[in-house]
Amino acid sequence: MLQLSNLLKASFKSIMKNRMRSLLTSLGIIIGVGAVIVMVGIGSGSQKRIAQEISSMGSNMIVVFPSFSQRGGVSRGAGSFNRLTMDDADAIREEATLVEHVSAIVMSAGQVIGNGNNWNTSIQGVDPDYLNIRMWNIASGEFFSDRDIRSRKKVAVLGVTVVENIFGDLDPIGQKIRIRNTPFRVIGVLEEKGQDARGQDQDDIILAPSTTVQSRLTGERYINMINVSAVSLESISRAQEEVTAILRRQHKIDYGQENDFMVANQTAITEMASETSRIMTTLLGAVAAVSLVVGGIGIMNIMLVSVTERTREIGIRMSVGARGRDILTQFLLESVVLSISGGLIGILLSIGIAFILNTWTDIHVAIGTGIVLLSFTFAGTIGIFFGFYPARKAAGLNPIDALRYE
Amino acid sequence: MKPVISIKEITKIYHVGEIQVHALRGVDLAVQSGEFLSIMGASGSGKSTLMNVIGCLDVPTSGSYHLDDIDVSSLSRDAYADIRNEKIGFVFQGFNLLPRTSALENVELPLFYDRRHRIKNPQHAAREALERVGLADRMHHVPSQLSGGQQQRVAIARALVNQPSILLADEPTGNLDSRTSIEVMSVFQELNGQGITVLLVTHEEDISQYTKRIVYMRDGHILRDQKIEKPVSARQDLEKKMEEADAAAL
Repeated sequence: MLQLSNLLKASFKSIMKNRMRSLLTSLGIIIGVGAVIVMVGIGSGSQKRIAQEISSMGSNMIVVFPSFSQRGGVSRGAGSFNRLTMDDADAIREEATLVEHVSAIVMSAGQVIGNGNNWNTSIQGVDPDYLNIRMWNIASGEFFSDRDIRSRKKVAVLGVTVVENIFGDLDPIGQKIRIRNTPFRVIGVLEEKGQDARGQDQDDIILAPSTTVQSRLTGERYINMINVSAVSLESISRAQEEVTAILRRQHKIDYGQENDFMVANQTAITEMASETSRIMTTLLGAVAAVSLVVGGIGIMNIMLVSVTERTREIGIRMSVGARGRDILTQFLLESVVLSISGGLIGILLSIGIAFILNTWTDIHVAIGTGIVLLSFTFAGTIGIFFGFYPARKAAGLNPIDALRYE
Repeated sequence: MKPVISIKEITKIYHVGEIQVHALRGVDLAVQSGEFLSIMGASGSGKSTLMNVIGCLDVPTSGSYHLDDIDVSSLSRDAYADIRNEKIGFVFQGFNLLPRTSALENVELPLFYDRRHRIKNPQHAAREALERVGLADRMHHVPSQLSGGQQQRVAIARALVNQPSILLADEPTGNLDSRTSIEVMSVFQELNGQGITVLLVTHEEDISQYTKRIVYMRDGHILRDQKIEKPVSARQDLEKKMEEADAAAL
């Protein structure tokens, strides 16, 4: 075989002679590689964010929420509890040994009026322990106490977003707001927490005593959730068992019957979220990979046209001493150069897109070396794979027929 | 002295569908080094097939062919390519230059496939070959910027650059007007004067008059093999033509 560097030079020359066509041919690969890298980057970006979420939320948090799906056709006797109540939260607080903090969660939403402005937000009724469970802090003012819970005091602690929209630059502490026509006094402002894994603003919230929200806003006996924190990370699963046992007794569930509630720890919840995002990543990556393969078919298409168009050139090269193998290598190199340079441009493109998305949008793109290498190798392989058939066709031509080709 | 080309009982049968075409029906030919030979014949006489066999572009059905004492008839496809590269220079009717490629690069092309590096400095050799055909000032022109005669001279330079044993030309003047034809023939005569063996195929009687030996072919046989004692000088013809043109202009 001839020197590879010489053949490579010949391939480059021929590509440069057909600049526009070469660019259009590579476009499939450029877009394919760019799409694969960006898609997978978006996926791993959101996975990273979820991982950050785990540590910021407090990893020994346990969530208890009612389960409606498990009851099937089983009918229960009248008076049996089938949802969570304040009593459940109190029972865990009093009886569980591996549990440090407990907070009932009562969720509501509605219009808040204050300072001549109004704002729609979610109102959560919680217990004083809530901040410890969520590893959250007060930025100014104070949080409500156990006494406020017992007396159902109408006090509220605001998230930063709510403060901005109702009070602007004004100090909200001590101000009056009306939540669905009930007056509340603002006693504190929460520390800014930013967005959660799903891109929701965690600061768009008002916290108030659980008992107050229950009696004044929801008016229901049932609560939405109980948040619990285990004494340590290691004791999470044992704390979960303990909570489960307490609630089974509270709800009078017989041995062998299924729970009417679910106990999950934070890690499990985030794992679920990151599993979802992982599946999305795979899906998006697969779709992008298909476009990469389509790009490869585009290269084969052009190379086949090129072989026909350059039959005479092949004949001339053969008549001056090119072996079939030289022609094969030249055409193969051409398609490999096209796909590899397309791959390189695609990588640059994806880096550019990632930069733009990271700078100007909320989408976080994390480009990994692995996926860059993988898609680049894939592009090169596509060049060889789809270049081989046209190249072999060119190499198999009979010199006389090739020379006579019009 | 051994002949450069020694052909014995060469036959070539083409299969066109069901029909067998006997292009060559037993041809014997010996060409000595330094000869200038033309193969004449009507279309279908087998002259181009013979040229392709001599040029190692085509494999004969039977018979033996020795080129420079090498038995060519039994070689592989790759070896054929190497023979074409080292021993044969081809000039075609349609020039067959690479489009959008400079004259110099076109001439360098055979050296690209010079596996044994017989020629040390390809670019220098290509320049030299172009100078030999009088195109030193057109090296960087692409074919579309050259006239037919100039293109054919680039093709001749390309055929010369690998220092072949024989120069083969298949209807080299077929696409040229009569004046340019004579010009090209004078290039061949000049090269032959320098000792290069030239074989050309033509169907024009006046073109063959410039060669030293004419082989007439018909129906795949050699009909007549005739030595020309005093070939016509293409250079003198060219000068005569120019005088006539001058006279007509006056």
